[in-house]
This record gives sequence, C-alpha cells and structure tokens, in this order.
Amino acid sequence: MGSHIAKKDEPTAADGTLADAVKNEGGESFWRLTRKEFRKNRPALYSLYVLVAMAVIALTADLIAGNKPYYMVYKGETYFPAFRQYAVHTGLMDWPEELRTRKNFKRYAYSDAVFPIIPYAPDEIQLGDRYERPGGAHLFGTDRLGRDVLAGLIHGTRYSLTIGLVSVGISLLIGVGLGAMAGYLGGWTDLFLSRVFELWAAIPPFFLIITAAAFFPPSLFWIMIIIGFTGWVGIARLTRSQFLQVRAFDYIAAARALGCSNLRIMAVHILPNAIAPVLIPAAFGVAGAILAESGLSFLGIGVPAEVITWGSLLAGARSNIAAWWLVIVPGFAIFITVTLYNLLGDGLRDALDPRQRGNA
Amino acid sequence: MNSILRVNDLKTYFDTEGGIVRAVDGVSFEVEAGKTLGIVGESGCGKSMTAYSILGLVPQPPGRIAGGEILFEDRNLLQLSPRQIRAIRGNDIAMIFQEPMTSLNPVFTVGEQIAEAIRLHRGADRRDAWRRAVELLELVDIPLPEERAGNYPHELSGGMRQRAMIAMAISCDPKLLIADEPTTALDVTIQAQILDVLRRLQEELGMGLMLITHDLGIVAEMAHEVLVMYAGQVVEQADVETLFGSPRHPYTRGLLASVPTMSSGTGELSTIEGTVPDPVSFPAGCRFAPRCDFAVEACGRPQALLDVEGSHVVRCAEWQQVMQEAMA
Repeated sequence: MGSHIAKKDEPTAADGTLADAVKNEGGESFWRLTRKEFRKNRPALYSLYVLVAMAVIALTADLIAGNKPYYMVYKGETYFPAFRQYAVHTGLMDWPEELRTRKNFKRYAYSDAVFPIIPYAPDEIQLGDRYERPGGAHLFGTDRLGRDVLAGLIHGTRYSLTIGLVSVGISLLIGVGLGAMAGYLGGWTDLFLSRVFELWAAIPPFFLIITAAAFFPPSLFWIMIIIGFTGWVGIARLTRSQFLQVRAFDYIAAARALGCSNLRIMAVHILPNAIAPVLIPAAFGVAGAILAESGLSFLGIGVPAEVITWGSLLAGARSNIAAWWLVIVPGFAIFITVTLYNLLGDGLRDALDPRQRGNA
Repeated sequence: MNSILRVNDLKTYFDTEGGIVRAVDGVSFEVEAGKTLGIVGESGCGKSMTAYSILGLVPQPPGRIAGGEILFEDRNLLQLSPRQIRAIRGNDIAMIFQEPMTSLNPVFTVGEQIAEAIRLHRGADRRDAWRRAVELLELVDIPLPEERAGNYPHELSGGMRQRAMIAMAISCDPKLLIADEPTTALDVTIQAQILDVLRRLQEELGMGLMLITHDLGIVAEMAHEVLVMYAGQVVEQADVETLFGSPRHPYTRGLLASVPTMSSGTGELSTIEGTVPDPVSFPAGCRFAPRCDFAVEACGRPQALLDVEGSHVVRCAEWQQVMQEAMA
C-alpha cells in the first residue's frame, strides 16, 4: 500500500486547473505550494512587507502625527491623550472635563508634555504657516491653510487603505455572487448574466464613477460604494470561468450524489476551489480604487473638503502651482502604493498559475 | 423476489448538434437486496449513464430522461422533486465513482467529507459525525483511521482514497450502492483489496450493489446477476453461472473470448473487430450486426429480448444458430 498511482489517461479538463496542480505535485497542498512560489517572487514579497508596514502606519497614524501628546502634565494631573484618543474615537471613553475645551492640545498651558514626532494633526490650521516650503518645522511643507503635509500623508494612508479594501470587498461580493451564478447554473442564466457583464464592461468606469458621484453627497462612504459597484466585472468574469471549470470535476458530481443542494455545492464545494485566481484582480482592484479616489478628490467631487486624503492634498496644488511639494509628495505616495499593489497582484498571478510553475 | 430497485424501459437521450444520442435506450433490470448486479460493456455503451439516471445526475440540458420509470421502494424516482431526490441521494442510494484521485474535494480533509454526508442526512452534530467518520474509515480497513481522517486527499494513495470514497458512500447505510468502475483506476493488488471490502460490507449491511465495470473477471467474482449492455441496450441478462457457462449473444461470447486465461496459452488473444457504432446513428436492426461474425440478413430488423431459459434473456433472434455454429 501507499504507492501513488499516476493518472495517465483522460485529457479532460487537463490544462492547468487547480486539481491538476494538486495532483501533479503529489505530497504538497495547493496553498503551501502557492506560498512557496510567491516567496520566490522578491518584488511581490517585499511589496507585501511594505504594504503591511503601511497598514501598521494607518493603524498608528495618531501616534506618529498628531497634536495630542503621549504624556502630558496639566494642572497637576497626568494624562496620556495620544492613547486615550483611540478610546475616544471608538466611543469607549470621553475626554476628561478639563481637556474638552481645545482640540489642539499644544494650546493647553501644560507643565510637561511629550508630543509625537510630527506634532501636527492633519486638519490643524495654522494661518501663519501658509505654503511653508519643505524642511524646517514642516518636513514636507504646508498647504494653503498651513496644514502639515506629512501629517496629512500619514493619516491619508488610512483613507487609501480603507477605500481600497472596502471598495474591493463590495466588488468581490457582487462579482463572485453573479459570476458564481452564471458559471454554475449555466444555460439562460449564464447567457443573460454574461451579456450584463459585457454591457457593464463597455462603459468606461471612471466616467461611470463621475456620473454616479454627481447623484450622491460627497462622502467617503458613497465613494467606496460607487467604486465598489463599478469595479466588479473583471472579478465576475473570472469567477464565472472558474466555476465553469470546477463544476465539471468529479468531486462535484460526488457531492451531488451525496445529496448536497445547489447552494451548498456552490458555496462549500466549488468556492474554496475557485476563489484563488480571483484574488489577482482583487489586488489590482485595490490599486484601481485608490487611484479612482485620488482622481475624484483631485477633481473636487470626491470626499468632503475637511477630509484629507492623498487626492485632496494633490488638489491643493491646483490653487498654487508654485507649491510643487503639494504635487510631488502625495503624487509619489499614490504612485508607490498603486505600484506595490500591482506588484502584489503580479506575484499572486505567477504563484497561482500552475502553468508557470517550474519555469521561474 | 425482494427487489429494491426496478428500472423499466429507461431511456436517457442527449440532444446534440449532430442529432439525438440515445445513451440509454430502453433498459430494464432489477436489483435485489443483498445481491450484486454486474453491468458489463465497452466504454460508451451506456453503463454509467444508467447509473447517473437513477440518481438524477444526468446533466439537463443537453440530457433528458425520454421515457421509462425507476422504481425505488415503489417510488418512481423520476417523478420526485429536487428536494425529495436529494434526500435519497447519499442516504438511500449512494454512489462510488471511478476516479478516486479526483472524486474527493482537495480542500477538505477526508474526515470532513465523510462527516458532511452524515450531517446532511442524519443531522448529527459536528463531533458525532466526526466520530462516525473515523469508525467508517476503520470499517473500510484504513489503518490509523483517526490520523487518516485528518489528512487531505492528496496525502493519501489511490487505494486509500477509494476506501475513503466507499466509507463516504456507506456512511448513511444506503439500501443500494452504485459502484461505477470502482477499481478501474487502481492497480491489481489494490483492486482485490477494494473488492474484498465491498463484498464484506455488502454482507454486513445487506445492501444491494450495482457494480458497473468492463472487467469480466470482477463480474465473475462479485456478481450474482449480470447485465451485458451494448450501444445503450441490454443484449443479454442471466445469473452469473449461466452467463459465463453458456453465453448466447455473440457480443457476450466475444467479450468472454477476449479475456486472457491461464489456459489460453501463448496464442494471439481474440478481439471483437471494429468499434461501438456512432450513437447518433445506430444501425436500424441489431446494433451489433456490423461487428458480428454470425450476422445474417434477418439481423437488419430490430431485435427484441428473447427468453432462453429461466431468467436468461438475449437480444439475438439467431441465438440458436449462433450456438450451433459455435459448437461446430
């Protein structure tokens, strides 16, 4: 016992499917193999590290840049406002009575305090410091209201990450749902849904987003929904083709012979086998969503004025073309992030495609 | 007679661009509790489609059940709602597939897949189902069943996987087990072990077994009753001793003659010339006539199943002449 019996006959569904990949590699599971393959791709691996670091920056943005000190002695009492603000934001706590008068804690007559490395909040207006050049007190300069660009950049990481992930999450829900239905049910359902995909794909997404944005109030919430609702076609098409392929496997017939319902087969038996390649357009989708938000905010139809995203920082350059740092700094951040997500998507594609295995 | 499954004049057709493919064309048979019905024939003769029709697994479209009835415990399976047939699949009638390498879902452990069937039909909770899955693995002679239950399919050999498939199929004590070429993809030593497991389980559980194969050796060893199919039709049916002792249809004789035996020496192995006819355009008369050594003009007419002796039936009007010529 224990000898592997090689499968030689039957060329059915032989070209590069997940099951084949599993079969051909004998002892190694699909995901372990994918991880190994992904690690070989250095640019993608380092992109992932940098993106994880950016996620950490997004989470700790208030500790890196802000006008709430880590430690403050005020009227004889000791406070830790930088940490407390997380509890305040999430609604667990409120500021103590004596600290409610000002948003900018630098204005309190404290006897001792340690401020974050960048002691400015992104929305802190200092009219005396308008259009400061980079260097000096403001490392990346200030905008037309004297707001610190670096603080805006760091806090903007939050928005770009949220917009990217939530929009793609919405796209995934719609795309995977419709694609699964089309691929699994086939027949007239497939015919109809495929035409819907084609129709949707024929509309240039950015114009669709601009048109939709005109109907909704400018808010982060609506921007994410609009981007999510326009970006699902690629995901739906890929999901459809994956479901078509996996549907034909023996273990799906076996699941049906076991008495599983269609819904159960789709969600439990096919989806885990079909989802991996869908992660590729999802990674590219995050990059696209960040770019779309920046574009909208640059045009002034995206987020409301008081929210500072990379796109709205960039928009500040429109009113003063001499303030070159307002173009360079957020522009570079957008460029880097979008590139990293694209590299990640490339890496995923190479790692997940069994046909490329062994060539690298 | 204690038959649990009765198939009457089953017709499963496929509508293709080239025309109507009559994959199963008027097949009738019965399976008795505790007995094994062997279905033999070449590839493409409709064996598997008969099995798929019973479980309602024929892809529709392009397939359709064009006629007949499938009576399981006096209920016609063809008239049940999708929900009712789902309650029967895997529960009362279970099936084992040909390819153990691809019949298990690669993303779940073997234990999870067996437990799924139990939870689906028996409503057992996760822990009970798992415990039962381990028991079942033990029942099909898998060593270290607790460890194996936690393995993914790719970590097991072909024989182990087929045992796991059998464990899954018998998890709800089915009354009828359909085994579609259960050992074709396995090597010979493993084949024997798998067949032993099947035979033992059939005795212990008293289930009816429908064994689909092209291997006459397996039929001789396992079956009580044998059905020989050719081009979507039953060409001969008899109990196993009669069929092997005195085959009447030229096709059955050809099949038997093409099996190598210890006594056949070193001479050339006999074969049946030609291939199964194009299913879109079967010959109007006897479908085997173009390949038959005994064909006469009368074979151009449609053939009916004729009684030979007892339950032995054959679809050949010339069977008496065939016998005489063969004797001569």
